[in-house]
Amino acid sequence: MNKPLFYKCNNCTYVHERSKIVKEHYVCSVCGHYETLYHKNRINLVVDKDSFEEFNQYLDFNDPIGFPGYKEKYDSAKAVTKMNEAVITGTARIDGREIMIGVMDSRFMMGSMGIVVGEKITRLFEMASERSCPVILFTASGGARMQEGMFALMQMAKTSAAVAKYSESGGLFISVLTNPTTGGVSASFAFLGDIILSEPNALIGFAGRRVIEQTIKEKLPDDFQSAEFLLNHGFIDAIVERRDMKSVLSLLLKYHEGK
Amino acid sequence: MLNNKIHQSNDEENSEWRKVLLARDRNRFKSLDLLNNIFHSFFELHGDRLYGDDKAIVGGLAFLRDIPVTVICQQKGKEQEEMRVRQYGMSMPEGYRKSLRLMKQAEKFRRPVVCLIDTPGAFPGIGAEERGQAEAIAKNLYEMSCLTVPIVSVIVSEGGSGGALALAVADNVIMLENAIFSVVSPEGCASILWKASSLAPKAAQYLKLSANNLKAYGIIDKIIEEDGSEEHIGTKLTNHIYSTIVDLQKLSPSQLVYNRRMKFRSIGECN
Repeated sequence: MNKPLFYKCNNCTYVHERSKIVKEHYVCSVCGHYETLYHKNRINLVVDKDSFEEFNQYLDFNDPIGFPGYKEKYDSAKAVTKMNEAVITGTARIDGREIMIGVMDSRFMMGSMGIVVGEKITRLFEMASERSCPVILFTASGGARMQEGMFALMQMAKTSAAVAKYSESGGLFISVLTNPTTGGVSASFAFLGDIILSEPNALIGFAGRRVIEQTIKEKLPDDFQSAEFLLNHGFIDAIVERRDMKSVLSLLLKYHEGK
Repeated sequence: MLNNKIHQSNDEENSEWRKVLLARDRNRFKSLDLLNNIFHSFFELHGDRLYGDDKAIVGGLAFLRDIPVTVICQQKGKEQEEMRVRQYGMSMPEGYRKSLRLMKQAEKFRRPVVCLIDTPGAFPGIGAEERGQAEAIAKNLYEMSCLTVPIVSVIVSEGGSGGALALAVADNVIMLENAIFSVVSPEGCASILWKASSLAPKAAQYLKLSANNLKAYGIIDKIIEEDGSEEHIGTKLTNHIYSTIVDLQKLSPSQLVYNRRMKFRSIGECN
């Protein structure tokens, strides 16, 4: 099926010619809005052409606590996104340098982390240790997948321990936070990068906006939990425009060559 | 009072929701009540040395029989005023950073760490986000997976999500019989899935958050029955924690860390 010729900005509703917004990496040239990037586009944006090789693509679906309705929701996410899970992982090269890369996609059940996501991320760090290879992870998640109950929460501990073990081996981990990165993913591996980058204006935080408003009974400022807010408070290293992402990652890898 | 509430939920068969109500019961003993029954000679140490002193987490030194230990305790509060000061046990980032400071201190002096957990979750608020709630929790998960002294965590009543897990990456995780440990509050789950927090009892049933279920899943290691007074429960905890720590102290630091990591690594293995 051919894609439509036009693309409407989800923020300002300006209608772009598809070929033009594709060239701009889905950043609206009118209002500057960053559209959600599909995992494939994200990978193509940052890695050398045809260098991505996916692994652990087919891990078995888990419904560990038999949560009613979960299987149906999972199947429909699979059908809509053509993904097997909310993260894809593999090896690739950036300007010739080998990396291990993971890309989360918020279209798949809000990028939530259950057993399979936790396992894929853990294996990514384990393989990176074996190969002495840097890890770059693009995060996008609403948090732990509640349909997997405590098994999902425990993936926070599992992935954080995997980062710790990898870090002890001297490996470089660059975490790139994209819209949105919240809850159990922000409170685990996302904030454990040696270097933490973000896309402009991405929503990043722990608690959801609505929960905070209900708790403190106040309206929150517009920039609350934005990438810029986090940069100002000292929690990320830099905000990087999408069009510059590959060259920035490439430079960061160059500083750490042979590490 | 409590029986009424259970009855009103119109769901007497729903054992998971019963546990939620029991765990949250205002008249239930709180972490500090147990602390004084498990340990002796407690001395509180305040502050994270970075920003402030979170009142939802009480940390300090104590003796477990003859063993000096570092104790970290989430306290909801008993009376209205104490509950307000302690933010109902919802910790700020500085609470997690105080905990981490005390864990590192424990490691330096080769003291085991015991955490008593009771929280609805980490505090959701402006200051908490400004000061990096997510980073504070993430750092605790990371550092607890590296700590070279034994860690034992007890879910006393409410183990609310990441705010509880930040003190529960332990060699041995104990739950009291009527405690709960959950990825999300039943109200939060019901509100996300069905746009109705009133359906919390149904969500609780789905979430499988009781000690019995979590023990069967291998998520926790031990259940302590609540078959008596606070003193009696305290004594049972002393016995169990003491023998667990004595066993863990026989391991080399690297073996201890390896075993702890493998324990969490194996939760939810898949092919």
